[in-house]
Amino acid sequence: MGVSDTYNRGRELFVEDPVRAVIVVVAVLLLLDFVRQLAVGATEFSEFGVMLKDGLMRGLFFGLAGIGLSMTYSILNFANFSHGDLITGGAFGGMIATYVIAGGFGSEGDIGALMLLGSGGSVFGSQLGIGVATSPAAVVAGVVIAGATAIALALVIDRLVYKPIRDRSGITLLITSIGVAFTLRYLILFVFDGSRRGVTQSGAVPTVGIPAIDGTVSLNLHEVSLVVVSVGLMAGLHFLLQRTKLGKAMRAMSDNEDLARITGIPTERIVTYTWIIGAGLAGVAGYMFVIWNGTLHWFQGWILLLPIFAAVILGGIGSIYGAILGGLVIGLTMSISIMWLPSGLTRAAAFFIMIVVLLVRPQGIFAGRATA
Amino acid sequence: MSDASAAADGDAPDAGESDNGSFTPWDQDAVKLTTLVIGLFALYLLGGYLLGYGTRQQLASIGQLSILIGIFAMLALALNLHWGYTGLFNIGIIGFMAIGIYATAVLSKGAATAKPAAGSTGGFGLPLWMGIIGGVIAAAIFGGLVALPALRLRADYFAIVTVGISEIVRFTLLETEIQKVQIAGYWTGLGGGSGLILDFDPTDRFLEAFGLMDAYVGFSDTLGEQLGVGSNPKPIFDTLLYGLILFVFLIGFYMLLQRTGNSPYGRVLKAIREDEEATKSLGKDTNRFKIKGFMLGCALMGLAGILFYAEQGAITPDAFRPRLTFYVWIALIIGGAGSNTGSVAGGAVFAAFLFRGPIFFKNIVQNTFDSLDAPSTFGQAVSPITGADPIPLVAYTIDNMGQLQLVLMGIVLIYLMHNRPEGMFGHRKEPASPIRLQDRTQSKPAASAAATDGGRDQGGTDDE
Repeated sequence: MGVSDTYNRGRELFVEDPVRAVIVVVAVLLLLDFVRQLAVGATEFSEFGVMLKDGLMRGLFFGLAGIGLSMTYSILNFANFSHGDLITGGAFGGMIATYVIAGGFGSEGDIGALMLLGSGGSVFGSQLGIGVATSPAAVVAGVVIAGATAIALALVIDRLVYKPIRDRSGITLLITSIGVAFTLRYLILFVFDGSRRGVTQSGAVPTVGIPAIDGTVSLNLHEVSLVVVSVGLMAGLHFLLQRTKLGKAMRAMSDNEDLARITGIPTERIVTYTWIIGAGLAGVAGYMFVIWNGTLHWFQGWILLLPIFAAVILGGIGSIYGAILGGLVIGLTMSISIMWLPSGLTRAAAFFIMIVVLLVRPQGIFAGRATA
Repeated sequence: MSDASAAADGDAPDAGESDNGSFTPWDQDAVKLTTLVIGLFALYLLGGYLLGYGTRQQLASIGQLSILIGIFAMLALALNLHWGYTGLFNIGIIGFMAIGIYATAVLSKGAATAKPAAGSTGGFGLPLWMGIIGGVIAAAIFGGLVALPALRLRADYFAIVTVGISEIVRFTLLETEIQKVQIAGYWTGLGGGSGLILDFDPTDRFLEAFGLMDAYVGFSDTLGEQLGVGSNPKPIFDTLLYGLILFVFLIGFYMLLQRTGNSPYGRVLKAIREDEEATKSLGKDTNRFKIKGFMLGCALMGLAGILFYAEQGAITPDAFRPRLTFYVWIALIIGGAGSNTGSVAGGAVFAAFLFRGPIFFKNIVQNTFDSLDAPSTFGQAVSPITGADPIPLVAYTIDNMGQLQLVLMGIVLIYLMHNRPEGMFGHRKEPASPIRLQDRTQSKPAASAAATDGGRDQGGTDDE
């Protein structure tokens, strides 16, 4: 009975939804090949461990940065293309604080050069010894300022740009956000120049080796900090949305704005909180990504925006857990797809996953619009 | 429908009639556009005069401007078919342009049967016209492949999918494994990160195809001597000639799209834009219409991409970042989505003022104030402000105009979305029939009934 049921369901799936069936077949084949690669040693376990770790780091970043995008998407009803540049803005703001503090407020370099992050090659991050172990106070201040910078940017932009056209269609807002993205990105380029800076002292990061079956997987302090910060913030957000009135109001508003207003929810204030939470997380995520990655440049946020969109869509727009889970899936896809694809195409693989999800399940993995 | 073809063209006789029946040439779109372009040329000539340009530089400047106007106007027209007519939010334009020029390059580059040296690769050695047709077809087919699954998505999802696909195209072009491959004895490939050298000059091929090369060289020598262009006048006249060729293509694009927009097919597209469900309920297979419309637009984008990059001599994947897509969007929004005349005007205004204008302005300022030494970093530019010396900041600003122009574009886009989302010419009130029905009410009262959007307030300035 059970077997024939399963069989029937399987047959129905293949007949009624051939696209999904093909995807299932491909997934099974990839899984089998994955086992084969590990078994014959085409990919070592330790290599796979490194991929898993890198994917996890990226995934946590995508998830953390994606929460804000998902929230604005569901509460303000538009795809915010300037979200990536909020990430960049936050990272630059936080890094200024780090440079100034690590530079001893001007004692180890001209204060102006420090504030411009050594534009023109005057000061280098490695020379200031920036790192979680070597300059913890500067990094902690950087995290806070990064969040604050992104929040300030988002609130100013919302007041000037989005508020006057709040009632227009999502497409109008989307196009406007492209204009915001351009303005922000090229202003950053104008002020900080176009160089790709190394900002941390990469040699001075404490590292431990975790033994894997046929080798070791190294884990450094910056990776640990990224995990700690992102998991901590995600947990805090979970608490905020589940246990406070604000969370309930946000869920109500993303469900039906008019109804929320009638019920007495101050929608404009909720919008402000949405920007504060979303942009704050984006700024911190951007800063932690830079600390983890060690480099900072002016279009970092823009190139990270598409994978973040992929994560948000994958998880289901409006769902915070969806964004986190989607981020992990996209991050892991980008690092593990290297087992089958040439390294240049791993990002393409992530976009491809996003497109497939849009086609098969446009509402995302976490269907529904529950902002929690 | 004897005058359907005439009405499809902006020069249609009845397009020039205003409400009271009097005829003013200004009402004709072709007149407006020509005036606009001539005005822009005059402005650039004036700027060149201020810069102390000689004849050679003036001609080169006009040639480059006309190439840019042609390209952006063509791209805006193609985008207008997607967004303005069909409501497809395509932000992957650059991907279709890349497919077009890469296909043309692979088909038309010189054939290499022996393994070429490192860093270079060959093609199939077909004539350029075959390569161009191949490139256009490749872009159209690729558009169809994208459209087939993606069309059922919401507009904002569609946008994200198209920009994602244009990035997938770029990553694929960067891929080293297909940098150089051997197909049927020919060495070819996409060149990877170092790109492809285009060993064909479209202007020369055009002249050779018509056997005009010798006459042209002789002509440019004589004319160059008369105008005082200096030695080797051919490149200057090549630019001008290419600009002229692009204008011919542009007129072709315009007429094709006017015709399409006013055909029964185009009316279905507009109906889909306004209300897809209602169109479906009238028995139209909207997906087929959308796919065809999308493929046509992609083919035109591919052609514009070929015309743009073929002239540049080399292509690298780096040129195909999404930035150019947004340029085209800004051009379309300036002109007004939904209007072909607006698309052309938007392309021209964008090319002249936002794309080339700031750099030209920078040249003028730097030329006028020779002593303006720009500081190399923002810090050096800002610090003298405390001593009430704004000159270094101004100099830095002028020197980095290339970056600020994109800031300016962003602000223009925000301003337009706030204050004038319909652009210069954009209005979606179009008569359902290609013939101006209201103007005929005196002679044929029965025909006045049908106008989709409740008719038009005034018939005179319609550009459709």
